[in-house]
Amino acid sequence: MENIEITQEVKPPNTSKGPVKWLQNNLFNTWYNTILTCFALVFLFFVFKGVFSWVFIQAKWEVIPANFQILMIGPYPIEHVWRIWIVLWTLAVLLGLSAGIWKGLVLRISTAIAGVGLIFLLVPLDIVKNSEAEYATLEFNINIIYLIFFKRRWLLGCLALLVGTFFIGRNKNGLKKWIIGGWILSFPWTMIMLHGFGENTVSTTNWGGLLLTLLLAAVGIVACFPLGVLLALGRRSKLPAISWVSTIYIETVRGVPLLTILFMGSVILPLFMPGDFQLDKVIRAMVALTLFSAAYMAENVRGGLQAIPQGQVEAAQAVGLTYPKTTLFIVLPQALRAVIPAIVGQFIALFKDTALVFIVGLLELMGIAEGIVGGNPNWQGYHVEVYVLVAAIYFIFCYAMSYVSQKIEADLGVGKH
Amino acid sequence: MRKFLFRVSVLVLAISLVTPLLADNHESVLDKVKNRGKLVCGVHGGLPGFGFLGEDGKWSGFDADFGRAIAAAVLGDPDKVEFVPLDAAERFVALQTGEIDVLIRNTTWTLSRDAELSTDFAPPTFYDGQGFMVPKSLNIKSIKELGGATIGVTAGSTTELNLTDTMRSLGLEFKPISYADIDTLYNSYEAGRVNVVTSDKSQLVARRKDLKNPDDHVILDVTISKEPLGPLTIHGDNEWNDAVSWVVYATFFAEEHNITQENVKSFETDNPEIKRFLGESGEMGKKLGLPKDWAKQIIISVGNYGEIFERNLTPIGLPRGVNKPWTQGGLLYSMPFR
Amino acid sequence: MMEDNSPKVISDKIPFYRDVRFLQVFFQILFLIGIVLLAGFLYSNMLNGLKKQGLELELSFLRTEAGFDISEGIEYESSDTYLKAFSVGVVNTIKVSIIGIFCATFIGFFFGIARLSSNWLVRTIASVYVECFRNIPVILQIMFWYATMLVLPAVDESISLFDSIFINVQGVYLPSLEGTAGLIPWLWYLLVGIILAIIVVLGLAAFRYFFEFRELHETDRPSFISNIIFGAKWVAAPIFLIVTIVGWFLTPEVPFELLQPELQRFGFVGGMNFSPEFTALLIGLTVYTSAFIAEVVRSGIQAVVKGQREAARSVGLKESQVLRLVVVPQAIPVIVPPLTSQYLNLAKNSSLAIAIGFPELFQIGKTMIGQTDQSILIFAMIMVSYLIMSLTTSAFMNWYNRSITRMGRSK
Repeated sequence: MENIEITQEVKPPNTSKGPVKWLQNNLFNTWYNTILTCFALVFLFFVFKGVFSWVFIQAKWEVIPANFQILMIGPYPIEHVWRIWIVLWTLAVLLGLSAGIWKGLVLRISTAIAGVGLIFLLVPLDIVKNSEAEYATLEFNINIIYLIFFKRRWLLGCLALLVGTFFIGRNKNGLKKWIIGGWILSFPWTMIMLHGFGENTVSTTNWGGLLLTLLLAAVGIVACFPLGVLLALGRRSKLPAISWVSTIYIETVRGVPLLTILFMGSVILPLFMPGDFQLDKVIRAMVALTLFSAAYMAENVRGGLQAIPQGQVEAAQAVGLTYPKTTLFIVLPQALRAVIPAIVGQFIALFKDTALVFIVGLLELMGIAEGIVGGNPNWQGYHVEVYVLVAAIYFIFCYAMSYVSQKIEADLGVGKH
Repeated sequence: MRKFLFRVSVLVLAISLVTPLLADNHESVLDKVKNRGKLVCGVHGGLPGFGFLGEDGKWSGFDADFGRAIAAAVLGDPDKVEFVPLDAAERFVALQTGEIDVLIRNTTWTLSRDAELSTDFAPPTFYDGQGFMVPKSLNIKSIKELGGATIGVTAGSTTELNLTDTMRSLGLEFKPISYADIDTLYNSYEAGRVNVVTSDKSQLVARRKDLKNPDDHVILDVTISKEPLGPLTIHGDNEWNDAVSWVVYATFFAEEHNITQENVKSFETDNPEIKRFLGESGEMGKKLGLPKDWAKQIIISVGNYGEIFERNLTPIGLPRGVNKPWTQGGLLYSMPFR
Repeated sequence: MMEDNSPKVISDKIPFYRDVRFLQVFFQILFLIGIVLLAGFLYSNMLNGLKKQGLELELSFLRTEAGFDISEGIEYESSDTYLKAFSVGVVNTIKVSIIGIFCATFIGFFFGIARLSSNWLVRTIASVYVECFRNIPVILQIMFWYATMLVLPAVDESISLFDSIFINVQGVYLPSLEGTAGLIPWLWYLLVGIILAIIVVLGLAAFRYFFEFRELHETDRPSFISNIIFGAKWVAAPIFLIVTIVGWFLTPEVPFELLQPELQRFGFVGGMNFSPEFTALLIGLTVYTSAFIAEVVRSGIQAVVKGQREAARSVGLKESQVLRLVVVPQAIPVIVPPLTSQYLNLAKNSSLAIAIGFPELFQIGKTMIGQTDQSILIFAMIMVSYLIMSLTTSAFMNWYNRSITRMGRSK
């Protein structure tokens, strides 16, 4: 390069001129890129052809609408389903208000959720089985109105609340504190609503399907976070006893597969319980998941702690803050901010890990799927369809989470050079 | 601060010393179930015909119906039962720790389980036997021809052990592939991954029906083991074991005497034994710690043994076989209601 | 430390229960007592629970006959002991983990670099690959690949390559090398070759070190090691090769023979064989882990400051040289630590083979639990085995990381 060129500030060539130009620049710029493109196109053709013909021609999708209820909520009694809806309504209100106040990412997330809800509202899953001729008739139109306004009134209400509260919440920044409080309270509220008490208890054995998957993930995420932070602080503690115990715990748990811990929870933990005291299956799985991911969380948090310059701690001590105060107000906020992407990655891993609890006999999404194709005599031989649906559900949730994490990463400017 | 910590440590110490003492209180499960107003029954999470979650979110199957029968007898309501799907490895632990009251999950009655595991068996509800299914194209007539075959089996069950025992006693080499879940087992059999599949014959029959070409497969005419499947209760709780046992006998008895779900309410008889059965005379219920009309409630809610069988197992293609009343040459034999 | 900030005069008057040094010790002792109490509490509960079950903790069961068969792995019979059965599982786990780690690294690097390709289509396909496979639980993927294996043709319709490689639903069958009667004599030639080579190399190195370069100053002399390498390359290798090749012809029988798989009634017998369970597990683990490795590689390469690349180009290096000489050496230290945890994840995820019946450590452990009821001891054995594997892997990777970072600095 010549010196003159640099001083002249040559602008980079404009690459985005017309589709032909774009193709040239991105697909056919060199001879090996052209070959690569050709190979890729042939590959894509076969993949798309295969996927298309399977999804639209070969697959026997009737197994999904028939088992939709248990895939979503498992053996949760249908007469108590309103409680799940109440929980969803609460969350919709909170989400709507948050979207109105914070906008940006929250708004984008809630729009996506509303979109998915709308699809579920309008797609006549229940009528899929009926003949095609029916689609043109008047009866079908009435059916659809009946479907949306009566059979799916809960979902309709949910969407209405989401949109309504969004408009209510717009620019009401004063509500911020209340909303955050609401989100924190929503967790125990969900548990109480779903479990109930006295006569109306729906015990955890009856939780299942996607509901249980989400609950396991939520409990794991909420509970492993404080435990992980404690362990990370413990490992970095100057007191040898605490640091040793934390280190041994973290390394042991990270060194063994989740399955062993889940099996310990299901087969061995009951032996360690005193007398007649029992934890039920679901709780044991939650405990196992939490204890497992806490160790990983601890390592993530430790990474953040190590990134804090010692000067920060010394400065805090210089102004007379005690150890708890220094940790809580100076060190942790900075450390956690630095490792948000890693923490979200950990949450995604935890969500995927919930798929393993079916091996210890829990009826979450995978367990229900296995039960349908392995247990129900009506649906044997439908395993591909059911598992594809389960995979799609996991994919949507995990992908959404990783998308959100990337956006947060970009907003915070973490990980940029 | 120090005082506080001291107190805490004393408390922890005290709790840890006291709890083992609290552990042994001998309340019968029967009373526990009555107080709770709900029976907790361990079942198989997905076994066609025996236990699976139906499309409506309710448990169905032969085993589940026996759970309902017990709930009907003890609590007078077949819906007051909660089913807990259990993995093969954890079923006994769940029973021993009291997580479930009764285990009805295709469990074979064996000496070791009876003696070692501290579990008690109630009379078998289903007499099964282990068999083999092979493709017709292999042209196999007896298990002696199975030397060198790849054999599919479900993991962690007596099936696996019976298979090894049998093949060793015949001096045959074979390759076992053990699957954790039944669906994978039969998918791989159908694809030809395993040449032979071995399992309880009930399962083979049920699964053969769902293969693409059922006629291309034969179930060998050999039974290598006895598989009496029945409910289990915790060891040493005789009261509870009696109650469960007599619930099973009641379903046998009703079939012997043609008492069905339909006619039980208006069943008229002079037979004193049937009268005692229906709770019209005698104190049968009281002796068991159950309501007077306990047997009647069972029949009202789930029917007699034949009806339970026809509802759950006939549709999947299982023949009655030896699971017939003794009066018809089967093995079901109710003890006298006296 | 806080007490350092406070003047000495005051600290003398501090009662011992407010002295930080005392409190630290006190807290730790209290903490340890708490842990010990908890452990004791659990232990006594466990003993109670075991008593209820009528069980005792005894390792002697390991020497009794296992009585179950295992479909693949090192030599084993159902009449062998439980310990032997367990070791079959350990070996199978190690086997699938090591092969999986190699494949996943290879594919992961491929897709990681493809994500940075200048070709839009290639970049997009790579991104879709990564996003798809890392966002679906690995257990579902393993089940999917197993279902795919089951679509392969039946035994009598096997795909055959050169009449010696056979692919069917029971697996892939390859010819294997088997030693014959000529193997042992040939091994002697091998040994002689090795000994001869070592003697010659050491002699040569010593000669060169002490005589040939005697005049040179110590710092200028090639090191002893480099002399050995020189000798090994130019003298020892040819000697070794000549001895072994001559030995090959001198032995009465050719030492190895090819054993072809043969079709029998129930399938192919003989030769080397990869079962569908193994293959499905391997593909599942490889694909899942490679998606994560691709991300690790991509961010590692992107972490190399752009200026470095531009500088390399400006001094006239070719694009391939830029990658090989500038980017990769700087990216590797960034890549290795997260790569290590991916390797560990792969090894641990191999326990999911339980869904498809590959007899690895966990599956065999579970069968043993089903048969002996020694659940606590067997779980301890399983966990210790995994722990040893994990610790070994991370120790090795740490050593590797240290050696490459040191190399980078010293030059």
